[in-house]
Order: sequence, then structure tokens, then C-alpha cells
Amino acid sequence: MSKIKKDYEHTFFGKLERWIAGENDVFYEDPEPMALEEREKKAGHNYLAYLEQIPDVGYSYEKAKAYHYIYRILTVLMGVFIVGTLLYVVYFLPPFGDADNPVNNEVSRRYIEKGMEETGAVNIVAGMILDYRAFDTFGESNVLFIAASAVLLLLKAGDGAKTAKSQKEIGMKEDVILQRVTFILSPMLFLFGIYVILNGHLSPGGGFSGGAIIGGSLILFRNSYGYEAIEQFFTEKTFQNCTLIALGFYCLAKSYSFFTGANHLNSHIPLGTPGDIFSAGLILPLNIAVGIVVACTMYSFYALFSKGGI
Amino acid sequence: MLTAFKFVMFFGLIVCALSACLARRLLISVAIFMSYSVIMSILWVVLKSPDLAITEAAVGAGVTSVLFFVTLKRIRAIGEDEKHE
Repeated sequence: MSKIKKDYEHTFFGKLERWIAGENDVFYEDPEPMALEEREKKAGHNYLAYLEQIPDVGYSYEKAKAYHYIYRILTVLMGVFIVGTLLYVVYFLPPFGDADNPVNNEVSRRYIEKGMEETGAVNIVAGMILDYRAFDTFGESNVLFIAASAVLLLLKAGDGAKTAKSQKEIGMKEDVILQRVTFILSPMLFLFGIYVILNGHLSPGGGFSGGAIIGGSLILFRNSYGYEAIEQFFTEKTFQNCTLIALGFYCLAKSYSFFTGANHLNSHIPLGTPGDIFSAGLILPLNIAVGIVVACTMYSFYALFSKGGI
Repeated sequence: MLTAFKFVMFFGLIVCALSACLARRLLISVAIFMSYSVIMSILWVVLKSPDLAITEAAVGAGVTSVLFFVTLKRIRAIGEDEKHE
């Protein structure tokens, strides 16, 4: 009976059944189990004689060295060729800041002349990227979110894997100087990031830069006080909720604004006085949404790279 | 004055770019890359785009370098092993 069963296991269907059941390497069959044992024995007893049995494939040290030399020369030639091409193209570019440049067309004139009146933002760049071209910025936020998801897929340690819980396990040391500096610097960095986000429509800055500053200060905090300290207020759940709410709000708000704008409807979003903090319509909330997404993404990149989990 | 400053900055940019490629140790390479980003952000201010300067300083000099350092540590290119070399 057992012989029949063993014979069946070696047929194709038997292997398929074992494969479906979850066995690994079913289709790879060692030709002779005894031969493997013999080989090991041989290697253990006389390793040099075993090495001589390995056939010579024809790679020699001189040949490899020659190829290495040729590769180096080709690399330098390729680099010189690309640099030369780029410099040659730069020669044909229009001069910097010239009035007759092709960028000075009616689109940029409209943005510069009517930007403040139509969007309410003193900072023209914020008016452009979050009002005229807000869908581009939405795509950028989505790209960041997708990048964070891809890194999460690739680098997240599974449930079965041993994740480093304490900071000693990932090789971090308690550094007194770093902790004191972070104690003073981190709140200021947070405040500066929030300032840059909230004043995005008034002064240089905006969601992306402010979010990157907040993410950087989160990384600094995590680096000096460890994983346990930051888990008090920032976990994977926080990351998911913040990112989802921010992206969803951005999508809905801008869809509404574009829908009403395209159909000549009144969107009931006041533009306010240019220069006030509560002005420029949707730009301030959209800046906050972008800032939240960017800060979460930057921090999660770092956490995934260093620990394998947020 | 500003022109001279600009040219010094451009020269530093080229030197940083070349030495980042040619540095033997990866850690030094990343540090030079960081200084490249800082010079670039100063140049953005000179070119009157402070928006980009803030982003370049925060992303280029801050977050990217930190990610490089963490990666080097993960692949054990820097860290405790360096003492044995």
C-alpha cells in the first residue's frame, strides 16, 4: 500500500497535489539522494580533490581584468559624450531672464497680473499650484502616497518576522548631546513647519516644504528619543488615518471647486482680503492637507528604512 | 559682488558634484551630496525662487541624506564594521 502511495507521489499529479497543499520545491527532485551524501562526504574528506572536479568554464583572471579595463574606458567616454551633448544643447537655450523668451506668453502674464485678484493669494506660486493647477498637486500628493505604499509593501517586516521593538535592537544608543539638542530644536522645527504651511499663500513656502520640515523634525525626534517615545502619538493607524483624510478632503474640495468653476456656478467659497491669514479661498486648507500627507510620508519612509514598520 | 558670489557658488557646485562621484567612501559621498544640496538651495535664493530653496534645503539636504545614511547602515556599509577595516 505504502509503495503504491509513494509511486503516486512521484507522478505529475501527485506532485501537483503536494504543490497545492503548500509544499515547497516539489518539482525539483534530487536525482540521487545517495549521490548528494556521497558528494558531501567527498568534500569533507578531500576538499582540494573535490575542487579539481569542478569543470573549467573558461573565465580567467587576465580576461576579467581586460574587460574591467575596457569597461572603465567606455564609461569615461560615455560620460564625456553625455556631458558634451548637454553642454552643446545649453548653448542653444534662450538667455536667462530675457523678455522675448518663450515662457513669457499670455498664460504667465495672466497668472502674474490677475493671480491675486482671482485666487486671493499674495504668493503667486501658491495661487498657481493650488488654484489654477490644483489637480497637478493632487497628482503629486497621490504619487507620494503611492511611493509610501510601495515602500511599505517592499520593506515592511511581516508578522512572523522578528521586528526590532526597542532602539537597542536596531543599534541605536542613548546620546545625551543629541537628546538635549533635540529637546530644544524639535519644537521650534515643528512650529516653523506649521508656520510655513499656514503662511503658504502669503509668503514663500507651502504644503510640500512645510510638510518636509515637519517630517524632518519627526525623524530627528525619533532618532534621539527612540521608537517608544514617538509611538505615543504617531503609529501606523495615525499614518493611515491622516493620509486618507487629507487626500480625501483634497479630492472632494477641489472637485467641488472645479465643478462649480467649470459650469459658471457660484462656489460660495469667499476669497477674503489678500494678505489675511484666512483668505485665498481653498488654498489654506489644501496646503494643510498636502503638508499632512508629505510629513507622514517622509517620516514613514524613514521608519520603514530603519525598522521595517511605522 | 553678487556675480562673484554666484560664480564661487557655481564652482563649489561643480566641485561637489565631481567629488561626490569620486569619493572612495560612501559616507563621505553622501556628506558631499548634502553640501551640494545646501549650495543649490543658496543658489535658488539668488535666482529669486525662495519656495524652491526651502524645499531643496528640507528635502535635498535633510530627508534624502537621512534616508541614504539609514540605507548605508542597513546594508552595513557604515557602522560598527568600519572599525575593523
